[in-house]
Amino acid sequence: MRKKRKGQLAGLWFVLPDLAGVCCFALLPMAEVIRRSFQSAVTSQWMGLKNYREVLGNTAFRLAAANTLKFTAVCIPLLVVCSLLLAVLLQRMKQAGKLLKSAFLLPVAVPAASVVLVWKTLFHSNGLLNGLLEGMGGEKVGWMTTGAAFWVLVLSYLWKNLGYDMVLWMAGLAGIPREIYEAARVDGAGEWKCFTKITLPNLLPSLYTISVLSFLNSFKVFREAWLVAGDYPQQSMYLLQHLYNNWFRELAFDKIAAGSVLTSAVVFGLILLLKRAWDREERPGQ
Amino acid sequence: MAKIGRLGIGLLLGILAAAVLFPVCFAVTGAITSQWELEEYLAPVLGGGSGMAKWRLLPLAPTLRSLVELLLDSPQFFAMFWNSIKITACVLAGQALFGVPAAWGIARYAFPGRRLVLTLCAVLMLMPFQVLMFPEYLVLDGLKLLDTHWAVILPAVFSTYPVFLMYRFFESIPEAVLEAARIDGAGHVQTFLKMGLPLGMPGIMSSMMLNFLDSWNMIEQPMTFLKTRSLWPLSLFLPEIGLGDAGVGFAAAGMMLIPALLLFFLGQDYLEQGIAAAAVKE
Repeated sequence: MRKKRKGQLAGLWFVLPDLAGVCCFALLPMAEVIRRSFQSAVTSQWMGLKNYREVLGNTAFRLAAANTLKFTAVCIPLLVVCSLLLAVLLQRMKQAGKLLKSAFLLPVAVPAASVVLVWKTLFHSNGLLNGLLEGMGGEKVGWMTTGAAFWVLVLSYLWKNLGYDMVLWMAGLAGIPREIYEAARVDGAGEWKCFTKITLPNLLPSLYTISVLSFLNSFKVFREAWLVAGDYPQQSMYLLQHLYNNWFRELAFDKIAAGSVLTSAVVFGLILLLKRAWDREERPGQ
Repeated sequence: MAKIGRLGIGLLLGILAAAVLFPVCFAVTGAITSQWELEEYLAPVLGGGSGMAKWRLLPLAPTLRSLVELLLDSPQFFAMFWNSIKITACVLAGQALFGVPAAWGIARYAFPGRRLVLTLCAVLMLMPFQVLMFPEYLVLDGLKLLDTHWAVILPAVFSTYPVFLMYRFFESIPEAVLEAARIDGAGHVQTFLKMGLPLGMPGIMSSMMLNFLDSWNMIEQPMTFLKTRSLWPLSLFLPEIGLGDAGVGFAAAGMMLIPALLLFFLGQDYLEQGIAAAAVKE
């Protein structure tokens, strides 16, 4: 139902002020960053791909990028599967389900900085977690001083995001018509069959959004890393944001520019890739 | 048999939920535990004692002393607390002023370039701070806003995630309702104010809720753009308090945690709707 063109133009007046701000604070400077990534920071001379070569050859960049990628590869499948299980199980519970849902969602609201002391006490080598491990007959783990630091990040991320993803899955679950299940049950389908033949295929569209949002939130884990370990953490915790902060302090603007462009290209590429993969999977079902 | 299975699953989930809640309870009870009691439990972590750190979920002698000390004796804390409030309030106000109308415009009008604006919103909202940090720095430097509160407020005001979220809510308002208002002679602005705002209120609330949590929790932005300590929000101040000052540290953390928790308990439904709004398929 299209109305007169003139009426539709009025919408621009609502959008323009915000759009101007977005252009000013994001779009235009992003273009400027792309330009600078090809220039020398000092002389503004055209350098071609030299900055990119330098960044890609930089050991700190490689470490940070590898850690970030490894973190993403471990965490996102783990989070997506765990939160799906949680959502399916909680949805079948009644009163208790509501209470548990609130419990799992609570960390979303907890500011990272307000639990920094808790984290420090938990993961110290004489801390609560090691106490628990020793109590169960295990051995102490150097959470902050060895490669186990990586798993501190994984745990923090899961803790923070489990409830968030669970709510996303529940929204997807709520969209599946009950009649399908009832019909399947009449035909003698069991719980497992219902799950694999009805629930999973119907949730496929949500999977894309959930993966993308989980990916985005994975960048925020820098907060926990910085809060518990400061500017120079154990190297398995060293993330891109640490590196960019260091470059920032050294005013290495050419490197930051090239690094930002590379990061945004990877983010953008991954999102497109995921989208294509899901689109292809969805089609045969329709 | 099925009943036992269900009970087992319930029990397992209960334990998991308790584990998830533990850090929060820890932080809350820490704020009302006295310094000497904290020192006793945490001695192994502080380097003073042997053995392992302990924790009691309920302190032996709960006390508000640390909180009172913090509120009465540390002007520094007050300054940072106030900074956090100021930054958060300005971001929310800015979003209300710019973001809400923009979301309305995108949702209800078919102006030329609308698809482009919407795509722009979606792409920008997906960009992490690692990507936006340097562009934002360049603008703020150019406008001479670095090291002022505006440096953290303005980029947050013009972030596109809230716009996208509210757009989803505004879009779901049935056209017929608005049509009725227009027939009654309401103009564009009146339709927005009288119909759009009330009908889209759940969306606005959800977005504000997520926005509040985001701004209150802000770390990377102030860390990069604010050099002067007196401008810092609480989130940068807290990590500086070591375990040695555990009493003050836990009290300050409690002061940061409590507003967020209160909001969570008051507006959990909005929070859930806000999160879920992203999951609905286009």
